[in-house]
Amino acid sequence: MSATPTSPATPLLSPPEAMSQAMDSGKCGMLCLICSEITFFGTLLAVYLFYIGKDPAGTPTPSEVLEVSAAPMKVVFNSFFLLTSSIWITLAVRSLRKGAMGAFAFWWLLTILFGAEFLVGTGLEWYGMIADQGLTIRTNLFGSGFYTVVGFHAAHVTIGLFLLSLVFVLTLLGFMHKRHAEKIELLSWYWHFVDGIWIAVFTIVYIIGR
Amino acid sequence: MKTLQQPGHGNGSEYSRAPFLSRLHEWIATTDHKKLGVMYVSTGLIFFLIGGLEATMMRWQLAVPGNTVLSPEDFNRLFTMHGTTMVFLVGMPILLGVANYFVPLQIGARDLAFPRLNAFGFWLFLFGGLLLYFSYFGAQGLYGMGSAPDVGWFAYAPLTERTYSRGHSTDYWILGLLVSSFGSIATGINLITTILTMRCRGMTLMKMPLLVWLMLIDAILIMIAMPPLAAAQVMLLFDRLMGAHFFDPQGGGSAVLWQNLFWFFGHPEVYILILPAFAYVSEIIPVFCRKVIFGYPLMVAATVSIGFISLGVWVHHMFALGLSPMVNTIFMGSTFLIAIPTGIKMFNWVGTMFGGKIRFDTPMLFSTGFLAMFLIGGLTGIMLATVPFDWQVSDSYFVVGHFHYVLFGGLVFAIFAAIYYWFPKVTGKMLSESLGKCQFWLLFIGFNLTFGPMHVSGMLGMPRRIYTYHADRGWELWNMLSSIGVLIQIAGVLFFVWNVIRSLRSGKKAGADPWDAWTLEWSTTSPPPEYNFEEEPVVYSRRPLWDKKHPEDPDWKYE
Amino acid sequence: MAMVSSCLLSLSCVLPAMAAGVPVCADGASPSPTMFAPRSIPAQKILDVSWFVWGICGLIFLIMAALILWCIIKYRQKPGDDTEAPQIYGSNPIELAWTIIPTVIVFVLFLVSARTIFEIDHTSPPPNSLEITVVGHQWWWEFDYPDQGFVTANELHVPLTRNGQSVPIYLTLESNDVIHSFWVPQLAGKTDVVPNRLNHLWLQPTMTGTYVGQCAEYCGTQHANMLITVVVHEEDDFNDWVTNQQTDAVDDPSVTEGRSLFLQTSCINCHRVRGTPANGTFAPDLTHLMSRSVIGAGVVANTPENLNTWVFDPQMIKPGCRMPSMKLSPEEVKEVVSYLLTLK
Repeated sequence: MSATPTSPATPLLSPPEAMSQAMDSGKCGMLCLICSEITFFGTLLAVYLFYIGKDPAGTPTPSEVLEVSAAPMKVVFNSFFLLTSSIWITLAVRSLRKGAMGAFAFWWLLTILFGAEFLVGTGLEWYGMIADQGLTIRTNLFGSGFYTVVGFHAAHVTIGLFLLSLVFVLTLLGFMHKRHAEKIELLSWYWHFVDGIWIAVFTIVYIIGR
Repeated sequence: MKTLQQPGHGNGSEYSRAPFLSRLHEWIATTDHKKLGVMYVSTGLIFFLIGGLEATMMRWQLAVPGNTVLSPEDFNRLFTMHGTTMVFLVGMPILLGVANYFVPLQIGARDLAFPRLNAFGFWLFLFGGLLLYFSYFGAQGLYGMGSAPDVGWFAYAPLTERTYSRGHSTDYWILGLLVSSFGSIATGINLITTILTMRCRGMTLMKMPLLVWLMLIDAILIMIAMPPLAAAQVMLLFDRLMGAHFFDPQGGGSAVLWQNLFWFFGHPEVYILILPAFAYVSEIIPVFCRKVIFGYPLMVAATVSIGFISLGVWVHHMFALGLSPMVNTIFMGSTFLIAIPTGIKMFNWVGTMFGGKIRFDTPMLFSTGFLAMFLIGGLTGIMLATVPFDWQVSDSYFVVGHFHYVLFGGLVFAIFAAIYYWFPKVTGKMLSESLGKCQFWLLFIGFNLTFGPMHVSGMLGMPRRIYTYHADRGWELWNMLSSIGVLIQIAGVLFFVWNVIRSLRSGKKAGADPWDAWTLEWSTTSPPPEYNFEEEPVVYSRRPLWDKKHPEDPDWKYE
Repeated sequence: MAMVSSCLLSLSCVLPAMAAGVPVCADGASPSPTMFAPRSIPAQKILDVSWFVWGICGLIFLIMAALILWCIIKYRQKPGDDTEAPQIYGSNPIELAWTIIPTVIVFVLFLVSARTIFEIDHTSPPPNSLEITVVGHQWWWEFDYPDQGFVTANELHVPLTRNGQSVPIYLTLESNDVIHSFWVPQLAGKTDVVPNRLNHLWLQPTMTGTYVGQCAEYCGTQHANMLITVVVHEEDDFNDWVTNQQTDAVDDPSVTEGRSLFLQTSCINCHRVRGTPANGTFAPDLTHLMSRSVIGAGVVANTPENLNTWVFDPQMIKPGCRMPSMKLSPEEVKEVVSYLLTLK
């Protein structure tokens, strides 16, 4: 970059050079975290894809198990709850930016409840698979892959719910303020990421894998 | 709550008067990148001594054929622990430690972007390492069969499955490394964010010191390549503890899959280890040749290419696995490709030396040693990329020779160069030049004596990871030479330890800029104050101190 | 003394062999598993391309080393000279040159090597091959000759010619447990032996002799003692060997005591001796044990003394191996060994 020196001392800095921060560090850090998580889930999903169809005959297959105990409607129902929670959290963040604490608390709580429903639904689905279908992590490759992939996703949902609940408690206690909107938005990014991963998991496990 | 810090803290009399417990508490509770940097590097060096001890025992066992110094079980644990220690508990912490200390200083920042995450990363690394070593005591398991892991540092399945690896040794390998690598990933994210968002005014990406560029690409590689290892390790853990079948061939799982996942991490990992070596040498060579680095933009382009391509070469660790000729050929191609930017860097370093005025102080000695050793290691790497040749020497001592040339002759020599270069800044004292020169020559000779002959024994058919060998294979001479070299290296390391201890106590005072260097860290005191810079620096070129020292001929006229 | 002289012998064979590819100890004594004395077509092809890549790398090394030495000598800072050197920021033509030249070199290397890969890697047996199945176990090698109808262990015998023509040997590689690797440098590069996967390796010997190698993928405690011996025979010798292997075990009446002891102890759970009730597949086939020169996959020579120690307690010779001590008394061991010694 060449700039005409104004004096023997130093050149004039053009605006991009004069600015040191292109992006807020919180956002950058959260994006990096999401990137690393994507490679983690990417690996699990790649392994899942690799093992589709490789189970010997006689063991439970995805089409059998996911047809019955998950029954397309149930998992779609659960997914609806998780994915719409992304909408609620976006509305919550918007409310917080405006300083509408009541609205923020409402949308935030809705996010938590919808996320919790997803977990409950997943739990019930697993119960059905284990008790009725006899599919566990050790049954076959499908079992190993399914519980690992869906399990890690559910674990990330759980972590997210824990953090969201923490924020909700702080809101109830009156510690949350409009100026926290930037940080809360980062948390919402994490939540969106968790939902995004679910779309990938759902597509691969329930659609492609069957 | 932070304790009150004084300017110039840590450099003199006021500090040493504080009670021991409060000084200890300061180190344990610190989030200051400089203290964490020192902690990372010191712990890494301690693990280096432990790993070296493991290697010494192995070379003692292998000095003569049919030796009985070690049982096969003990030997197998030693090479596993040696490899795992050197890669994860020496290489990673030292490079993250040096980056921790100097990236903020070189970009004119006050600390890393997330200081508490930084501390968290260090403690995760330390406890992960301790967990791994606890396996010697704790891994007995139900059958009384466990101890330290003995599956090799890359832990191929199905040897690591419950059937073939009894007790909990492999579980300790998994868990110790999972914990440690979380720390590395956290620090990687921290470094990326710091470099992208906290540079001082005027420092565009193309005005960053090369160390910062290399650590940026390094941190990106850490972020992308370490999670797949974590994923593979949890899958292995599920196999072992919950009966899953990911890598269990009898349950339909694939042993080849483990290798693909591991090396997808493993190959970028070796670039993660070597890029910092490139970084140190790129800082040191210009200063000691009194010349600007030759071809900065090409160096940046080469760095980015290396980072990128390194994600696409992993199958070259699997050429003997019986994959299709097309797959082997493609990955041979990508491996040859990565040789090009690596070679370019070598040429640019030599181009910097050419026409310079070279001062052979210890940092430059080690950097020159790096150039020579990395040249050899890089060329044996090109030989290994040639698939047919690899079919002979893969998994033989030739490979052991190759990677020690790049990781010891390359990385470790560069680390010593960095230590001699930056020790004055960190401690305010100079390391002794004469002890340093002794260390260098002993290490140089001992290192070559140990690892040079390995190329020969590899080509004469000696495989890796054997606890003994027969007398009639023709390998005795080379093994004996290798083992003798270890004694010389030990002497070199002892000189280093003595140098550090003596210089800490009574080394010559360093001053802010003992080497007449050009990057921002040399504009602070030695050691720097807690806050690094009183005012945010403004830079106009890649060498801000050159501009200050040569106002009539500043860099920004030529960049 | 004998060991020292055979050490020196192997050294004197190896060093010139390394330099000039001269045959190594063609009489079979102390063969060294060197890639520099290829005795098979794929090994020869590998050596040819290796010389090429060594030549190129050697040239690059000489040039770079010379440049570095030149800089070290010529551009040393003169004592008392405190001035800076002329600052050269770069040079587009030079940098372009040293980007393009390595690219060309690497491209040429790539083409030459790719051709060799496809020449060596046969995904199906060449016509008129002798097909043998290799099964890797912890820590020994099983060799199945499906066309000839027998199984042996640790020593692979192959013919140089069949009906006067050079015969390709096509190995199918399987694993019984973990990953191993079959490596006999004088005959071919290595190929891993992977559970749940079929790999293949092509050999085509060009000279009779005995060639050695060993497992080249860490497979557990006794990975170091999983040796391979390959004996390349003249056609007639090979046919004789096959005929012998095909016969059932010798039934020597003078060792009935030992034979019945063998059959009563749990030896038969793991080992097979064709022509007796012993039909185990977990351990080496012992039908023609005495036709082999080593036991324990090469850990010791096949002598009555070593056999005695082995049968008494294998853990004394190969600690960690899968065969337990059968807790036989010394007399019982002698009986069993005298039986084994008849299994020629």
